Amino acid sequence: MTFVTTRTDTGPLLDGATGKWEVVIGMEVHAQVLSKAKLFSGASAEFGAEPNAHVSFVDAAMPGMLPVINRYCVEQAVRTGLGLKAKINKRSTFDRKNYFYPDLPAGYQISQYKDPVVGEGVVIVDMPGGKSIPVGIERLHLEQDAGKSLHDQHPDESYVDLNRAGVALMEIVSKPDLRSSEEAAAYLKKLRAIVRYLGTCDGNMDEGSMRADVNVSVRKPGGPLGTRCEIKNVNSMRFVAAAVEYEARRQIDIIEGGGTIKQETRLFDSKKGETRSMRSKEEAHDYRYFPDPDLLPLEFDDAFVARVKASLPELPDDKKERFVRDFGLSPYDAGVLIAERESADFFEQVAKGRDAKLAANWVINELFGRLNKEDKSIAESPVSAAALGSIVSMISDNTISGKIAKDVFEIAWTEGGDPAAIVEKRGLKQVTDMGAIETAVDKVIAANPQKVEQAKAKPSMAGWFVGQVMKETGGKANPQAVNELVMKKLGL
Amino acid sequence: MSVDKDTVRRVARLARLAFPEERLEPMAKELNTILAWVEQLNEVDTSKVEPMTSVVTMSLKMRDDVVTDGARAEAVVQNAPLGEDNYFAVPKVVE
Repeated sequence: MTFVTTRTDTGPLLDGATGKWEVVIGMEVHAQVLSKAKLFSGASAEFGAEPNAHVSFVDAAMPGMLPVINRYCVEQAVRTGLGLKAKINKRSTFDRKNYFYPDLPAGYQISQYKDPVVGEGVVIVDMPGGKSIPVGIERLHLEQDAGKSLHDQHPDESYVDLNRAGVALMEIVSKPDLRSSEEAAAYLKKLRAIVRYLGTCDGNMDEGSMRADVNVSVRKPGGPLGTRCEIKNVNSMRFVAAAVEYEARRQIDIIEGGGTIKQETRLFDSKKGETRSMRSKEEAHDYRYFPDPDLLPLEFDDAFVARVKASLPELPDDKKERFVRDFGLSPYDAGVLIAERESADFFEQVAKGRDAKLAANWVINELFGRLNKEDKSIAESPVSAAALGSIVSMISDNTISGKIAKDVFEIAWTEGGDPAAIVEKRGLKQVTDMGAIETAVDKVIAANPQKVEQAKAKPSMAGWFVGQVMKETGGKANPQAVNELVMKKLGL
Repeated sequence: MSVDKDTVRRVARLARLAFPEERLEPMAKELNTILAWVEQLNEVDTSKVEPMTSVVTMSLKMRDDVVTDGARAEAVVQNAPLGEDNYFAVPKVVE
């Protein structure tokens, strides 16, 4: 199928020997529907069971077995369509896609070819630097997953497990609106955030719940579209970026060397970071689609769509807008916080009834920084939202200084415990007793007469005194109070 | 509509049917006879007839999202000519 781009601007360009090149990318993302049972059978859709334990006779394509559609999977597809601001088709049909492979027992996959359940939509992709790119969605359709072949169990046999066979997938097809490896990775990231917010797919790329086929071609800026190659089954954002980089460069080199691009299916080798031809797929492209005679058209009414619409959660774009509007966050910070629903929820708990900007700083800089460093997810954070909130509160009401707060965070992270109790027990409370601060200031001034003379000539030296007093008080003095007192005593 | 020898060879390959070269030409002829016979249906004017999606007037039946099946791996692999540990075993297929 050839899709028309909706993109009107020129994206980032690549340098070639003969000038600039534009990369044109479209993506087909397979997202596994979150459901208990399979699309057309009552077997479990759960990941990781004993071989063939989640298989019904329908999934194994035993003669005479008939498919019956799972209502909830239809609802999930419609929910996703609404999240993609897409047209919902109240009538769609199922077709058979015919090919032979050991993990496809029926010899065909039930899919939607001519009339998909969801039509055109749009995803807003946020790029670093603040640029937002609308990426067109061509369609979303429901189809069955295939089984899994294991090739390493026996020297000359492959083992087939049909537990995945028949699990519902949503294939989400973009228009060729992406123009760089960064945009392709950012699109996948945004799509993943949307389905995770919606609860229609868990987005777990390691388990294969989300995987992408990436169509890449190159052209001279503004010129006609080049011949595309399809890179199959890329299963991480980093690999999507790497596959596009490699493939675009490969095509540019071929064309500039006087060759032509052959339309083909390629495989991304993540170890070598390169794409290579999948010759076996070449003649399999004739899928001889035809309407599945076992299934009637999928039809539902406006009330069904309205009911699904009423159940939609707040989506990433709306949440971002609200964080900027209600909390006064920068669009960048808001974007970082909403990228994962769990992070956004965590932040909202920390910020509730507190200084939201301060809360955002602590969540993004201290917490995320630390989580990244130790490769932990937000769910695994040793510091709870309530604990971090308590730290933010203590900074706000001057119980502790920002510097001491970092120490408290460190203790809460490594040893656990309630931050308020940590502050109390270890005597970390900020010294606001002006008498004690004055004593410390006097002591430092008395001990450094030379520096006092220097400071009178050069007022920026006052900072050195503030530092010394902070040291003297073990960092517990209120820095603002110290600053004021030092200026006064030095007569600045 | 008619098919030639090359089309027969391609369709046979896609359907995984072993076809000796000397059988391709006769099969093309046979298929063309059948196609021509079916094409007689084109004589009927169907321009005002809705495409038929089913012989019965009913809508697609749906099930609830409940696990009602599975947990019978032995039965599923019972007829497989080759297998181990409830896996189907097939001649090695590697990309």
